[in-house]
Amino acid sequence: MDADITLRVDGSARSCTVDTRTTLLDALRERLGVQSPKKGCDHGQCGACTVLLDGRRIVSCLVLAVAQDGAEVTTAQGLAGPEGLHPMQSAFVDHDGFQCGYCTPGQICSAVGMLDEVKAGHPSHVTEDLTGDPELTDEEIRERMSGNLCRCGAYVNIVAAIREAASS
Amino acid sequence: MTDQLSLASIGEPLARLDGAAKVQGLAPYAFEQPVDDPVYLHPVQATVAKGRVTSIDTERAQALEGVVAVLTHENAPRLADTSDRELAVLQSDEVAFRGQLVGAVLAETSEIARHAASLVRVTYDEQPHDVLLSSDSDRFYTPDKVNPSFPTDTDDGDVEAALASAQVRVDATYTTPTEHNNPMEPHTSIAIWDPHGEHTLTLYDSTQGVHSVRKALAPVLGLDKSDVRVVSPYVGGGFGSKGTPHAHNVLVALAAQRSEGRPAKLALTRQQMFALAGYRTPTIQHVRLGADDQGRLTAIAHDVDEQTATIKEFAEQTAVATRMMYAAPNRRTSHRLAALDVPVPSWMRAPGETPGMFGPEVAMDELAEACGLDPIELRVRNDPDRHPGDGKPWSSRRLVDCLREGATRFGWVDRRPPGKRREGEWLVGVGVASSTYPGMAIPGSEALVRFEGGRYTVAIGAADIGTGTWTTLTQIAADALGCPTEAVNLQIGDTNLPTASVEGGSSGMSSWGSTVVAAARAFREEHGTDPAEGDQTQAGMPKNPDADTFAIHSFGAQFAEVRVHAYTGEIRASRMLGVFSAGRIINPSTARSQFIGGMTMGLSMALHEQSVRDPRFGHIVNHDFAEYHIATNADVMDMEATWLDESDPHANPMGSRGIGEIGIVGAAAAVANAAYNATGVRVRDLPITADRFVAALPPTPG
Repeated sequence: MDADITLRVDGSARSCTVDTRTTLLDALRERLGVQSPKKGCDHGQCGACTVLLDGRRIVSCLVLAVAQDGAEVTTAQGLAGPEGLHPMQSAFVDHDGFQCGYCTPGQICSAVGMLDEVKAGHPSHVTEDLTGDPELTDEEIRERMSGNLCRCGAYVNIVAAIREAASS
Repeated sequence: MTDQLSLASIGEPLARLDGAAKVQGLAPYAFEQPVDDPVYLHPVQATVAKGRVTSIDTERAQALEGVVAVLTHENAPRLADTSDRELAVLQSDEVAFRGQLVGAVLAETSEIARHAASLVRVTYDEQPHDVLLSSDSDRFYTPDKVNPSFPTDTDDGDVEAALASAQVRVDATYTTPTEHNNPMEPHTSIAIWDPHGEHTLTLYDSTQGVHSVRKALAPVLGLDKSDVRVVSPYVGGGFGSKGTPHAHNVLVALAAQRSEGRPAKLALTRQQMFALAGYRTPTIQHVRLGADDQGRLTAIAHDVDEQTATIKEFAEQTAVATRMMYAAPNRRTSHRLAALDVPVPSWMRAPGETPGMFGPEVAMDELAEACGLDPIELRVRNDPDRHPGDGKPWSSRRLVDCLREGATRFGWVDRRPPGKRREGEWLVGVGVASSTYPGMAIPGSEALVRFEGGRYTVAIGAADIGTGTWTTLTQIAADALGCPTEAVNLQIGDTNLPTASVEGGSSGMSSWGSTVVAAARAFREEHGTDPAEGDQTQAGMPKNPDADTFAIHSFGAQFAEVRVHAYTGEIRASRMLGVFSAGRIINPSTARSQFIGGMTMGLSMALHEQSVRDPRFGHIVNHDFAEYHIATNADVMDMEATWLDESDPHANPMGSRGIGEIGIVGAAAAVANAAYNATGVRVRDLPITADRFVAALPPTPG
């Protein structure tokens, strides 16, 4: 069964026809040609498909496109503006926070969403004081970014990049 | 001595030239190449481990709206060459392993293809199978050689006599499990079949070598090499699993012949990759060391049992590093393969060295303790001044420098006896292991240098699988031409470019760099420093005059600090340091990433990775990222890599030796040795999980 939907993708209204089984990830990649989010596992286990959906980080392979008619989607492509890369993207380049680059758009969307969660006071598994504002330690970054796998093993540099982007 | 380059760009931490594209997700990987009106392919896999297909009912699948074709062995196009049985896809009814391709559906969308594939009903004449490696298997045989062309066995001196008379002995068995490469980008291909076009087959593929894919696939498909074009500018990791074409490459080429000119798109699912894209064989390693009471080795024996598939041999060279690592007058290595009803094992990051430096490097730790020696001192005492096997001089062997530099940086002096350091609920220990990897170059590459638009186009069909080729080969070309990197326009990843070797064996930069240097020098000789528009020169990789004279190897020292929870056995690697001697470092930024990346995969091997094959059905049970655990961000705590400032003039004109794999080698042994130092529990089987410690830990208080 097909359905017509409209998404707002990286600031532009985009309409397409999707199979009701089509994930948001496949709608973006195969229907709309927005290939910034990547498919690594299709099971929500690797994070390569992470986008910001209405401002929150989600794995787009676990969301059905038909249920998101009218939603606002920001990909790593959309994080960059006319003036150039988003500070998080620049920090990833400066700290060599990737090698093959396949997990990278997901890492970057996840990092941007994660910093907003910290600002909003969301605790994580490693947060000591659940009532105060969490402090963005390296341990917090590592914990909160562990839904985004990187097989090249760039984690050390990813943490350095996020630390820098968070402080700028 | 090779003719060394003068350096300007080499050695600079130039940021990745493809960085801006990658952080936006705009670098096009294989499945993202723009094609018109594609059809989608979804495989059907065998559900038995051995047998024959007796019938395939495709009726329900074909009746589904949007299905273009259902391929089976009964209707698939015939291949011209089926001698490589991994690539003999849909050519017979035989099933040789669980998960083998027995069909595929082509459809208008991926959703329809997947649904239709689930509707294909296959019945089998199932036969008994054997999928588990064990030392008492009746499937063992002696291969003619081990990967790629090393002797299977070596025997120097009289190992048994030396062991019998040794003052100190270690005799233990070590195992490493099946492991899967799991690059983040699944194996993906788009095939376009056009018998009337410039190329009969155009393949956008995720591969470590476009030319090697073309060379392998063209005869299988009955095509001339010139009829095939393979394109792969960006690759989302490979770690060996994209080093050779696998069955899916043939499947997509077959499917494209049934899609009436429409491009056929295939992305293996993560689960399918566990049967179709190669893996590291499990190993059972019997290691015996004999030494005098001063810790001087008198005998080394490393006997390896491992597996291969019934349809194709892959013999991991697990014991080969043992042939050159330490001096001993009596040395023996052997490899035995059990041909099982399993998928074909293949390359996974540092095949041979990665599993093969686990057993012996833990054994060295055991020997150090038996001799009452510091494990670093034991390794220093057994450092050979020439290659122990062939007697060649080393181009450079600075293992001892790596160990000593690492010891200083890591604070090795604070090491305590096993089980003697406790911080709260955690038992803390440190460990060390050696690392090594050969400095290889593969002959046959060619590069073209052309002056156009005020810049130098440097074209070579090389690959960047995350290794940094786009950046580092540009740096080499710039220095070879004597120009800034901005004046170089590098082109890689396409068989329309001059032939290049595969990105494997850490040989890429040595092979392609030497080739680009040769082409640049030939260009300057022919056209001078003020070339005219369109001037061009092509040249091949010259023979390295020192390659047969010297033993060219890299070395490293891996240090680990681990914490084992005193009550639960939970193990964390709180600190890791690698110090490497790898010749000239082309780009310190991308090099550090490669070393750390290798060490991270080594940590992952040490603590997490294990593919569990079900003996009843033959499949990998934990065939996804939820259950096949790889290191996550939280697993990597304090990790650093550094290197000795050096150049190897015997290796190539850059003085470099290749760094893609050495970072993983020895890392798991360092973690295991640290775990012993923390707990007094010797773990000889990977991965090192909590259950290994629980029984031996002190009783829980209260």
